[in-house]
Amino acid sequence: MSALEQSFKNVMAWIDDRLPVTEAYEKHLSKYYAPKNLNIWYYFGIFSFVVLANQLLTGIWLTMSYVPTGEGAFASVEYIMRDVEYGWMLRYMHSTGASAFFVVVYLHMFRGLLYGSYQKPRELIWILGMFIYIALMAEGFFGYLLPWGNMSFWGAQVIVSLASAIPLVGDDLAIWVRGDFNMSGVTLNRFFALHVVLVPLFLLVLVVLHVLALHEVGSNNPDGVDIKKTTDESGKPVDGIPFHPYFTIGKLPGIIVFLFLFCAVMFFYPDGGGYLIEHPNYEPADPLKTPELIAPVWYYTPFYSMLRAATFPLFGLDAKFWGLVVMAGAIILPIILPWLDRSPVKSIRYKGMGSKIMLALFVVSFFILGYLGTVHPTPLRTLMAQICTGVYFAYFLLMPWYTSVEKTKPVPERVTM
Amino acid sequence: MRLMTLVSLLLLWPHAGHSAEAGFPLYEMRPDLEDKGSLQRGAKIYMNYCLGCHSLQYQRYKRTAVDLGVPESLMLEHLVFDPNTKIGDTITNTISQSNAKTWFGAVPPDLTLYTQLKGGPEYLYTYLLTFYEDKKRPLGANNLVYENVGMPHALVELQGVQKKVCKDIPKLAENGGEMMDALSQDYITEEVCGLELVERGYSPLALVEGSGLLDADEYEQVVYDLTNFLYYVGDPSRLERERTGVFVLIFLAFFFVPAYLLAREYKKEFH
Repeated sequence: MSALEQSFKNVMAWIDDRLPVTEAYEKHLSKYYAPKNLNIWYYFGIFSFVVLANQLLTGIWLTMSYVPTGEGAFASVEYIMRDVEYGWMLRYMHSTGASAFFVVVYLHMFRGLLYGSYQKPRELIWILGMFIYIALMAEGFFGYLLPWGNMSFWGAQVIVSLASAIPLVGDDLAIWVRGDFNMSGVTLNRFFALHVVLVPLFLLVLVVLHVLALHEVGSNNPDGVDIKKTTDESGKPVDGIPFHPYFTIGKLPGIIVFLFLFCAVMFFYPDGGGYLIEHPNYEPADPLKTPELIAPVWYYTPFYSMLRAATFPLFGLDAKFWGLVVMAGAIILPIILPWLDRSPVKSIRYKGMGSKIMLALFVVSFFILGYLGTVHPTPLRTLMAQICTGVYFAYFLLMPWYTSVEKTKPVPERVTM
Repeated sequence: MRLMTLVSLLLLWPHAGHSAEAGFPLYEMRPDLEDKGSLQRGAKIYMNYCLGCHSLQYQRYKRTAVDLGVPESLMLEHLVFDPNTKIGDTITNTISQSNAKTWFGAVPPDLTLYTQLKGGPEYLYTYLLTFYEDKKRPLGANNLVYENVGMPHALVELQGVQKKVCKDIPKLAENGGEMMDALSQDYITEEVCGLELVERGYSPLALVEGSGLLDADEYEQVVYDLTNFLYYVGDPSRLERERTGVFVLIFLAFFFVPAYLLAREYKKEFH
């Protein structure tokens, strides 16, 4: 052993006595065993880390030139786009990143549904993940107001005014959220604080907990087989491989492919044909000028459709309130998913026909709802939205039934490649 | 493979285009930011005919001069009409907003982001080609894509006067073909007006010959240059962005090769 190596060892030993660096490195990287049959669906968790880093870094630099006031916000964004060196790149990385975040998170969540990653013993991973998703929706919502474009203004206006649909306290609640009787610079200021400080703090803590919980029980895999059941004489799972270096380096080509697609959109279609940056947002917020069609950004549109799908009053409360209930319910309901799935198997590979059909219907409805949220409602479209909302809820609420009556296939002892 | 399918699905998603306000179909317009001559001519037209009312409040003279390849001294001499304006200033030397409100009934919008607001340059391009004489309007002009617009036709001296007309065009048979007289081989025509003309592919406007300084083609070029210029102003870093993008994508493509080979080596160990 050379002198250099010896001194490195001594330094590490000194640190390890005071802070478990080596232990943490081994637990989470070099001796964290991940199943070797992880497929393409397992990329999206890593991608969401990449996007998270992108959002944090570009966000910090954007705040250096952004002015969070009603008078200055819109102009400061154009200042960033024109006068700040590479400001356009920072801004487009951040705006494209917002959409990319939801793309990868939706696919990551779909992976969970596909392979039953929420089932015992991963209930907490799923719940923490749902909290991350909800925090992310809040983060996107607050952030969308900041450019102070006309769609920012009206989008936030519609969502905040939903609070006023709550009986008794609604109107006061809406004023409390806005800090004003209408959307104003005061609202912009507080949304800025929430967007750059509070919600990111929550997000980071939740992400750490999500990963800690994952590393406690280990990753699921496409077969839903527990790799810890089959170990070699030294106690290592036979079907597991150390996360580092096999996954860190092994996933690098995939990350490059992701970055390639991300950059292709960011450099060549940054406003995504009006889906990533909506056209009405190219004029400053104007309380007197409602955009022709108020549509949220694409990642909220499925829930926006569900909100609009409630068209009739019930129990003396108006439709708007029930829309709010349906939308909030749709967002919150998946949290209890681990207790809705009664299937003895995890993966869709071994589940029965019922699960497969319901999952397919669920995905199709989610896409249809997403589309319907971007267009004007018509009676036919509203009916479609109501049906799809029904399917969305049926997927979850009927799950205890269809997962317990269907015939499942036998799960192999070891993972299949 | 499945990832690629997903991505292509996302790209095929219908575009959330901004529809024209009055249902008039927009003309095609392909901007060309490499054509510095067109951009310079567009800037000249803008400063002479539009800037009186429409500011470009987020765009600077200097940035414009650099991007369009115009020396700063020439820019100051010929395109900056206000002696107090410096080359680093934003393009805001217009009439006062309160006067504008009185004269036109509305404040003329700032045009820095107008092509982006309209989802592309087509709206503006079509708008500038479809002014017509309308005695019922306070300023004597109306527009096909923006009905009852408050703005007068600022380029009327170049284009001349257009009038809304009805035209005799071939009658359509039930099978969709144009009807012809069997003996004389002449088209059987009918008088058609307004939007119906547009649907049949005819312009509902006719130019009063000799009423403008330019002929129709020359005027179209002026409108093209002007729209091209405003398309540039909407996102002045577009060319730089796309150029950078090409290098970034090439870099990633090259980086993929060693990353893939390395990953393959590691993969061999556990297969």
